[in-house]
Amino acid sequence: MTYFLCMIIFAIGLYAVVAKRNMIKIIIGIMVMEYALNMLFVLFGYRQGGRSPILEKAQTITNIVDPLPQALILTAIVIGLATTALMVALAVRIYEKYGTFDITKIRKLRG
Amino acid sequence: MSGINYTMIPLFVALPLTVSFLIMLLGNRVRWISDMLCTVVALALCLLSFYAVGVASGSGPLVYRMGGWLPPAGICLVLDSLSVFMLVIVNVITLIVTIYAINYMEQYTAKSKFYALFLLMLAGMNGVIVTGDMFNLFVFLEIGSIASYGLVAFGTEEEELEASFKYMIMGSIAGLFILLGIGLLYSYTSTLNMADMALVVSEKSGSKLIGFVSVLFLVGFGLKGALFPFHWWLPDAHPSAPAPISAMLSGLLIKALGVYALIRVFFSVLGATAFLPVAMVLGTMSMVIGVFLAVGQWDFKRLLAYHSISQVGYIMLGIGLGTPLGILGGLFHLFNHSMFKSLLFLNSGAVDYATGSRNLKELGGLRERMPVSASTSMVASMSIAGLPPFNGFWSKLIIIIACVDAGHPVYAAWAVVASIMTLASFMKVQKYVFFGELKEKFNAIKEVPFAMQFSMVFLAAICFLGGLLLVPAVSGDFLQSAADTVANGTEYAKMVFQSLQ
Amino acid sequence: MNKEPGMTVIVKTVTRLTVGIILMYGIYIVMHGHLSPGGGFAGGVIIALSFVHLMLAYGKEVAFKKLSMPVASVLESMGAILFISVAFLGLVGGYFFFHTLGKGEPFSLLSAYMVLFSNIAISLKVGCGLFLVLITIALAGKEIKK
Repeated sequence: MTYFLCMIIFAIGLYAVVAKRNMIKIIIGIMVMEYALNMLFVLFGYRQGGRSPILEKAQTITNIVDPLPQALILTAIVIGLATTALMVALAVRIYEKYGTFDITKIRKLRG
Repeated sequence: MSGINYTMIPLFVALPLTVSFLIMLLGNRVRWISDMLCTVVALALCLLSFYAVGVASGSGPLVYRMGGWLPPAGICLVLDSLSVFMLVIVNVITLIVTIYAINYMEQYTAKSKFYALFLLMLAGMNGVIVTGDMFNLFVFLEIGSIASYGLVAFGTEEEELEASFKYMIMGSIAGLFILLGIGLLYSYTSTLNMADMALVVSEKSGSKLIGFVSVLFLVGFGLKGALFPFHWWLPDAHPSAPAPISAMLSGLLIKALGVYALIRVFFSVLGATAFLPVAMVLGTMSMVIGVFLAVGQWDFKRLLAYHSISQVGYIMLGIGLGTPLGILGGLFHLFNHSMFKSLLFLNSGAVDYATGSRNLKELGGLRERMPVSASTSMVASMSIAGLPPFNGFWSKLIIIIACVDAGHPVYAAWAVVASIMTLASFMKVQKYVFFGELKEKFNAIKEVPFAMQFSMVFLAAICFLGGLLLVPAVSGDFLQSAADTVANGTEYAKMVFQSLQ
Repeated sequence: MNKEPGMTVIVKTVTRLTVGIILMYGIYIVMHGHLSPGGGFAGGVIIALSFVHLMLAYGKEVAFKKLSMPVASVLESMGAILFISVAFLGLVGGYFFFHTLGKGEPFSLLSAYMVLFSNIAISLKVGCGLFLVLITIALAGKEIKK
């Protein structure tokens, strides 16, 4: 059930990317998609009543959630940070050149 | 389990990464150092990749355990004959493009930043090729893509920024689709190692999830590789980059990140034969539509970019046939396309460098002034159009024969049609750029500097002799064993685990 | 009211008190990355934010006095090179990224040396990198208004 919720959020992000005209909203759409995926990954590793996978002194490892998706998500967040930063920087530069965020007005390229 | 044969594998990723950051550190202070470092690294990687050919043909795939951890728990790098095949293509083109860039990039400021991004992109591509881990595939894919977004926007003019933004949106969505696919596969198989995943998938057959994941991967890698319904960012992005980067993007990036990753995931991991007809249809459509769009173009580089879509269609058609001959033809065409499309983009860069224009209508008669560029572009044009004895002819011939062999004469007919259209559009290029009257304003132009000439002649020689790759006496089983690796499909998993023991 | 760049006196005073603590907390997260949640990336982000905090409150000149852009750029590259050197150090033990430096005593601060050094390298890279990214975007925005 919660998986479907993530899918819905993912679809909302995709809708924003496809339908919106403002560049910033498109970037936000991509970020929404990304966070939906992050949540989905964490849910993949979830276990009923599991505890966080941290080893501490004098503790045995029992009934922990799967730590691997969390590690993957950390990497995916870093990649998302890089992509978002680059996208925002590009959007700022485009605004400098064109004076608008509307992608329908940014059309110097043919086709 | 150590020694040079194994230690070489991570170097394909680590060496360009290290030097990229070194250039960032030193490039602004010492002018010549970035040229030198980048050329040295490209040369070293090129030699290493040739060495790898000898190593991989001897035994089965080499598996390198990162940090000494044993797969499937640890991350591993796998060097099999398909990886070696791709590594040779990537590193040879990189060396040539680096030599070309020494002179060409003088037009731009911040040359050291260019080299840093360039090597980062190379590290990403090499990483995608050698990795044996599903998530690492995604990470390297994104490293390569992010560097390429930066490189497309390198000129920071209006068109370049716009193209880069478009490319980046598409690339990010593709990356997210691939990530979703990897996540679903992980939840299904509880492993990320490709070989292990292949075993688990083949044991638990008949799930609908695999179909869904296949669609996600097809969309993701199709976007990265500019297959037909997802092709429209490419004609904007590739021409906007500086010419050496256009050559890298069209010649290598869409293949390493798109086609290679698609082949690796579908054949070696999922073993999904159900996708083959889809790949054939999409390949044929991109082949035909790309070439029809290309004929009407008047911008030199944009025309070449549309041809990239068309030629990727040929590769996908060959791979999608699924027969050993078809796969052989597809991989051979992948090799050939890297060579001649890089050469064509370098030619267009040379024309741009000398005249400052890439509009076909403004150019003309450059043959007298730029004999080297003109003759090398003639070779490349004949090669892409599929005239014998150049390499493009042989690979297209194999694909068409394989189509007929497998009982798909209609696809073969479309391939012939696309080939004729390609010939037509390149006759147009030759006529408008290199033949005809020399315009008066171009009377003063000179041939490009020596390094650029050298790299173009080198690639032209490969285009001329490329057909020899089919002769086993010359190339050994370089091409054949790569095709066998693809055709064997999920045998990959067994071979990886065998070589671990 | 005040002619100096930056925000009001209240914000400046609070910043002066907290910025050091934030920086220390970032360094703590980095140093304990092998023992508790956190590590190079999270710590690096906090370190970068402490400098951004300074910039927001006092204006960019004060922040640049502490960490100027060329210095940040050099440190960023150094971080990356340090990380790769740690990986190359593993070749001594036979494998890339191999744990050569010994494991130390579990749960003590100076243990798992490879992880510790990698965390420090990553925090340098991320801290300076994120600082540069935010500064670049902020400065690019300022140029438009003028």
